[in-house]
Amino acid sequence: MKAKKLSRRRMLRGMLGGAAVAVGLPLLDCFLNDNATALADGRPMPVRFGTWFWGLGATNNIFVPQSTGTSYDIPEQLAPVARVREHVNLITNLTAFRDGEPNLCHYSGWVIGRTGAAPKSGGQRPGETIDITIANQIGRTTRFRTLTAAATGDFRNTVSYETPNAPNPPEISPMDFYARLFGADFQDPNSPEFKPNPRLMARRSVLSGVMGEIKSLEKSVGAPDRERLDQYFSGLRHLEHQFDQQLTRPEPIAACHAPPKLTSESAMGGEADMVKVRHRMMTDLMVMAIACDQTRVFNMSYSNAQANTTRAGFDKPHHTTTHEEPIDGTLGYQPHCAWFAHRAIEEWAYFVEAFTKVREGAGTLLDNVLIYANTDHGDARIHSLDKLVAFTAGRGGGRVKTGLHVNAQATGVSRVGYTMLRTMGVDVPTWGSKSNMTSSPLSEILV
Amino acid sequence: MRRRVRVFAVGVVAVAAIGATAAVGVMNSNREPESKGTPASLRLLTEQQYLNTMMYVFGPNVRPTANFAAVPRVDGLLNSGTALAGITDTQLEIYQKTAGKVAAEIVREESRGYLVPCTPAATDAADPECARSFLAQVGPLLYRRPVPPERLEALVAGANQAADSLKDFYQGLSVAIEGLLLSPSVLLVAEHAEPDPDRPGEQRLDAYSLATRLSLFLWNAAPDAELLKAAGSGELHTRKGLEREVDRMLASPRLETGVRALFDDMFAFEQFATLAKDNLIYPIFSGETAVDAREQTLRTVVDHLVTRRQDYRDLFTSRQTFMSPSLAPIYQVPAPGPGWEPFEFPAGSPRAGLLTQISFLALHSHPGRSSATMRGKALREVFLCQVVPKPPPNVDFSAIQNPDPNIKTARERVNFHLQDPGCAGCHRITDPMGLTMEAFDGSGVFRHAENDAPIDTSGNLDGVEFTDAAGLGEALRDNAQLPWCMVRRAFAYGTGTPSDENDRRVLEYLADEFAEDGYVVPDLLREIALSRAFSKVHPRRERVVHPLPDLKSAQRPSQLTAAAEPVATAPQTLTSR
Repeated sequence: MKAKKLSRRRMLRGMLGGAAVAVGLPLLDCFLNDNATALADGRPMPVRFGTWFWGLGATNNIFVPQSTGTSYDIPEQLAPVARVREHVNLITNLTAFRDGEPNLCHYSGWVIGRTGAAPKSGGQRPGETIDITIANQIGRTTRFRTLTAAATGDFRNTVSYETPNAPNPPEISPMDFYARLFGADFQDPNSPEFKPNPRLMARRSVLSGVMGEIKSLEKSVGAPDRERLDQYFSGLRHLEHQFDQQLTRPEPIAACHAPPKLTSESAMGGEADMVKVRHRMMTDLMVMAIACDQTRVFNMSYSNAQANTTRAGFDKPHHTTTHEEPIDGTLGYQPHCAWFAHRAIEEWAYFVEAFTKVREGAGTLLDNVLIYANTDHGDARIHSLDKLVAFTAGRGGGRVKTGLHVNAQATGVSRVGYTMLRTMGVDVPTWGSKSNMTSSPLSEILV
Repeated sequence: MRRRVRVFAVGVVAVAAIGATAAVGVMNSNREPESKGTPASLRLLTEQQYLNTMMYVFGPNVRPTANFAAVPRVDGLLNSGTALAGITDTQLEIYQKTAGKVAAEIVREESRGYLVPCTPAATDAADPECARSFLAQVGPLLYRRPVPPERLEALVAGANQAADSLKDFYQGLSVAIEGLLLSPSVLLVAEHAEPDPDRPGEQRLDAYSLATRLSLFLWNAAPDAELLKAAGSGELHTRKGLEREVDRMLASPRLETGVRALFDDMFAFEQFATLAKDNLIYPIFSGETAVDAREQTLRTVVDHLVTRRQDYRDLFTSRQTFMSPSLAPIYQVPAPGPGWEPFEFPAGSPRAGLLTQISFLALHSHPGRSSATMRGKALREVFLCQVVPKPPPNVDFSAIQNPDPNIKTARERVNFHLQDPGCAGCHRITDPMGLTMEAFDGSGVFRHAENDAPIDTSGNLDGVEFTDAAGLGEALRDNAQLPWCMVRRAFAYGTGTPSDENDRRVLEYLADEFAEDGYVVPDLLREIALSRAFSKVHPRRERVVHPLPDLKSAQRPSQLTAAAEPVATAPQTLTSR
């Protein structure tokens, strides 16, 4: 066919020679995404995967419903979830199996939840986390393979690892996050004008020389460093991919509306109100980035494991409170701890709700998203790894049922992860190792 | 600068016995024990090293905002973590964005005149000669070694091609600069080994790798043209040439930047980036206070160690420091005029030494309260290179799960830990000196009482008893671990190798020299830089590790090899508080 000869590169070169004016381009295949875009009208929407994290779990005796199934009761601390209950599944009574490894406080729990294996020491960082496994399956066509943000204000708090030594650095500042997503390099898919930046083509061409340098450097280093150079090389490929994307006229996306520019920086402390503000700002940005198909895999952390969120005027951060606050004899729980957990659950509800506010196709963005939320402990006061709670949200393109409370009957938390992997098309017979190894998805929530 | 004259014998076979260090008057190179050296490593250039280099190569206006990803702290230093840290797609995006800012600043109309050494024949077309002359000038300074001719030509070709298509010489040049700045030769510090001609069978750093190691160590920036010249001519591999260059670097104003970076890393001051205090509990502690607290300590360190060449140990007792308007209310002293002023706490003041500065007190506290345990742990880990064990994983909190809410002071509170033998072991390591620092609240303000109960500031450090923080400072000053730890950290920092991998005999030798030199830090840096252990290279052992999880994406290897060194510690602390 003729179109074969008219490469994207050649077409753009021709355009770049001219002035940057609105170009009415024919819809040739060479202008579509590499996967010939699933976003065009009438075609199925892409399914996206995300995670949400909060530290120190919930106050189980005012959080876990008595009944299971669809019409479960809503205890006090679960109240915020009531407004999104038709979109979420609550999974309780999960266990993270240590298999004889130490209980690494605030670490083993979430690592098992996201990798399916118990770490042997605090120095053993997670290998590839579940978001990366899924991103490598579904995230290679978008501008970002994954996006990771943390409302904690600490650039070291991440729950996403490529390899043990390559954690994905989180976005912590809404303003910086805005600039990365919707700043100068953002191409509005609905813009009537398409002005590819002629500089990008030049930029792209100097990258190949850099790649050559890596190859020659690889000859002189040992195996672990070669792996790091491979990461460098993939990073350059990623830049190349981004340039290509920017040189390609995007398909219109009805759901995509770039948010207004953020001009002022948010306060960066760990105080709960500041965390809430940043969490909501970054959630809104993340949701729109997904609606605009900038990424198909995302991670958001509300708090870190061993959460150091504080309450204005109260001397103990959340984590310290779990160990130092007396259990109120009348209430039967630690009231300040419950206050912190309540704030986290409130933000989870906000996160889910934000996806329902974007119309996509016949429904909302959430219909085509699957989110997995987990935490580090069942009862943080005693660092327990049983009675863990988790959530899922969204229907994953119709592959998942929602609105359920599932009592996992003390089975492994890795079952939730395994369900996510299977739903997102990662076809593996099992996930996890030793006791955390599972081949049993949560059939209750599968369509 | 040196108080003792040393005679160095080149090529003399070093005496390998530790006993030699006891001999008085033995020539220096004889006294350094034989050692295996350190591995040639592949490190990431840190953000500060990158920024310093840009500033030195392109001038003070080239200061892009950059947010390089965090690296893990390994054996007390981020610098050691740079040898392990991986590189993510996000990191490359950051490198690319930063390179774009640097390139834009260089070719800006206002700066191109003095940063680009030639004027193109026409600004709207390529000028290969002019592009080449610029790239040939800055290339080696960024690569820290000569740029291979074919690479230089490729960059020139890139500049030409871009200039033609963009119809702008400077825009074309800026594209080539971006490409240059994305090079692994710039962003990674790949050390190369070569056979040591003077010692058959041994390996040493090649001259450019040695130059880079020296300048990152002493300046926290890439080598300047003169150092590269000494590397290129081979002089850096001669005793005389090495001494000349090291002494030149120590005399340079850039040494201050290097010393700041060393102590900023050793003192874990990157934590200031996330330090915030509760506004209601500590209303006078602002963001500016945090910035100034870090600066105060670094100013004190540079003034004491570099400007006045004082005894390192006296940093922990000295009352001399600097004061800024935002720190004065916390120290409860009159605010100095705008900006910084030298300041000395009067004798009898509770403030003496780094332990009583806001940087230490506030950094190792909670947002809304002080922490004897965090301060005690930091004292041991930061200044004494000791490792305080993490809380037992299966700790039984039943003993302290319902503490009495009427407890008033930290001493009573942490006493609960002592009721449980599982807790007591570690809390006895951290609390006896941590409780002395309870004389200062979580923001660093001096106090006599907590919740109206008087604070008992008595304590002890490794058997030395004292009654207040000044006494703690004295005890720390006289603790034999203190200078030893400085030597350990400085050597690890300089060589990019975790301390516990280093040869103990070399460290003991350096510690002896440090003591003999009166604990003068620039002299210690000189000893390290001139030591054979600094430039001698041994091959890195490799072992196979199986990372979590078992499932890997198809694109990744099923197992990876890692160097036989401790795995990076958690970026976030996992310590129960």
